[in-house]
Amino acid sequence: MSSETDDLFGGGDLSKERLKGRAFLAFCFAASVFGVFALALLLLDVFSQAATGVFVRDIDVVRFLTNSASRFPDQAGFYAAIVGSAWLMVLTVILSFFIGVGTAVYLEEFAPDNRWKRLVEANLANLAGVPSVVYGLLVLAAVVNLGNPLTGGRVGPILLAGAIALALLIMPIIIVSAQEALRAVPEGVRRGSYATGATNWQTVRNVVLPAAIPGILTGTILALARAIGETAPLIMVGALLTARRAPDGPFDSFGAMPTMIYYWADRPEIDFQYLAAIGIVVLLLILLAMNATAVYLRNKYETEYQ
Amino acid sequence: MSEKTVEIDVENERGETQEQDETRDGAGGNETTREEVAVETRNLNVWYGEDRAIRDINMKVPEKKVTALIGPSGCGKSTFLRCINRMNDQIDGARVEGEVLFHGKNVYDDDVDPVALRRRIGMVFQKPNPFPKSIRDNVAYGLKIQGKTDSLDERVETALRQAALWDEVSDQLDGSGLDLSGGQQQRLCIARAIAPDPEVILMDEPASALDPVATSKIEDLIDDLSRDYTVVIVTHNMQQAARISDKTAVFLTGGELVEFGDTEKIFENPESQKVEDYITGKFG
Ligand SMILES: Nc1ncnc2c1ncn2[C@@H]1O[C@H](COP(=O)(O)OP(=O)(O)OP(=O)(O)O)[C@@H](O)[C@H]1O
Ligand SMILES: [Mg+2]
Repeated sequence: MSSETDDLFGGGDLSKERLKGRAFLAFCFAASVFGVFALALLLLDVFSQAATGVFVRDIDVVRFLTNSASRFPDQAGFYAAIVGSAWLMVLTVILSFFIGVGTAVYLEEFAPDNRWKRLVEANLANLAGVPSVVYGLLVLAAVVNLGNPLTGGRVGPILLAGAIALALLIMPIIIVSAQEALRAVPEGVRRGSYATGATNWQTVRNVVLPAAIPGILTGTILALARAIGETAPLIMVGALLTARRAPDGPFDSFGAMPTMIYYWADRPEIDFQYLAAIGIVVLLLILLAMNATAVYLRNKYETEYQ
Repeated sequence: MSEKTVEIDVENERGETQEQDETRDGAGGNETTREEVAVETRNLNVWYGEDRAIRDINMKVPEKKVTALIGPSGCGKSTFLRCINRMNDQIDGARVEGEVLFHGKNVYDDDVDPVALRRRIGMVFQKPNPFPKSIRDNVAYGLKIQGKTDSLDERVETALRQAALWDEVSDQLDGSGLDLSGGQQQRLCIARAIAPDPEVILMDEPASALDPVATSKIEDLIDDLSRDYTVVIVTHNMQQAARISDKTAVFLTGGELVEFGDTEKIFENPESQKVEDYITGKFG
């Protein structure tokens, strides 16, 4: 063996580098396994509690879904909280979707590319990082504690106030995801429209928005999935922790799924813990359904450009 | 092109149409016929920021003829083309100086609406860019936005026939335009451009991404189109320019129009040595 081929055997430095590479790989793998493992533990804990509640403590699932909050664990149910959350989602999407998509369309399609636009975009990114409780505080001050000219009192902790807090919370997410969807529409398509004699508005309305709408809807659903589990801003605006009856409308007092779960989990009686676990499972299933819808929309309507 | 006869002394129906008695920029010495001019540029310059992309272009594009623009990459052919329908307005930092006369009216005058202009001057791009819509909606797009919605289906069919695409897609009009092959997409874009019945059609290397069969279909199509439309086409393919055009404009690096005249003359007996070198492949 000549010394000229010695370095082909990869001793010394090379094997040390390889070792470093393997160590790093092992660390990354462990990190990702840790995340999955923690999530699995969490789910296992919740599901086993819920199962114990249903099968061992004989909590009737139908009654759970049709009754509302009660002092007695065997009478208590989730119905009013589910309806409250459904109301919240409907109002939240109405409040945030049009303003959010409008903002995104303006920023992407019309706004001149100047310092102001960049300032607005930077602030959107910041807003997306603001803790949700802050939005609750804002709405508490700006809406809930406002004088109500009809009654002479204050507006109070109404459903609409909760929806405003959630809408503010997810607006930046909707804007950013809608901007991404708009940006994914190729420039050539826009030029094709202009060259055919379309105005700005016709181009946006007839070509750009239809092409971007699947992406926009996907982003909106994912944002709503974030909103439905939010507890802090609702507590801040004064949502009822115990939803005894479903709200009548946007101006009624309200409770929601996460606040109800929070209340149950906080009670000393063990049976309420089981109710909380079943509530969490219901919430998780709804979340799962929303995410699945988003993925389905994306796969079904996504346009493939060459 | 030899099989096309030059229209001699056509009466001027439109008062605003100018006549062309000889080509301006050198060349075209034997040009004594009078043709109607669809588009004329006068001292046209375009800057991108500090860089001048085309300089002092004076050119008269004849009506209902095919005019080819050739020249090396980066010499400003696309830029020139975009001046005619004001698509340069869409580009940040682009500045146009000089005049582009369409039937005698400077399209850069303040009172000209670029949207209205583009409804009379259609465009086909180098890369096919169909909308993510059905084939029918792609072709009908210009008609719909321009409010020409009567007998939509017939107009769509006519445009698709003119673009030599009807036979291939007549049974899938509701299928997506994105599902067609590249060559079909390009013909779809041509159908989209001609459906609203513009007077002038600008084409920026419409066949550059296509195979020989699709290319020859598009060349046939351009030949047909020139009966009803004024066609201005950018091409990198010398033989293609020679085959399909009546007039040829040769741009050279720096954005100058070096020679402009009858295609036959340019290819057989160019005035300028540079043009001869370029055409014979010695330069560019
Ligand atoms: N949007 C733009 N911004 C800045 N400069 C540009 C832009 N478009 C073109 N240019 C410049 O203008 C000059 C002419 O470009 P143009 O695209 O008109 O050339 P072309 O003759 O069409 O080239 P090709 O044959 O490669 O398509 C080039 O130097 C190019 O760099
Ligand atoms: Mg070009």
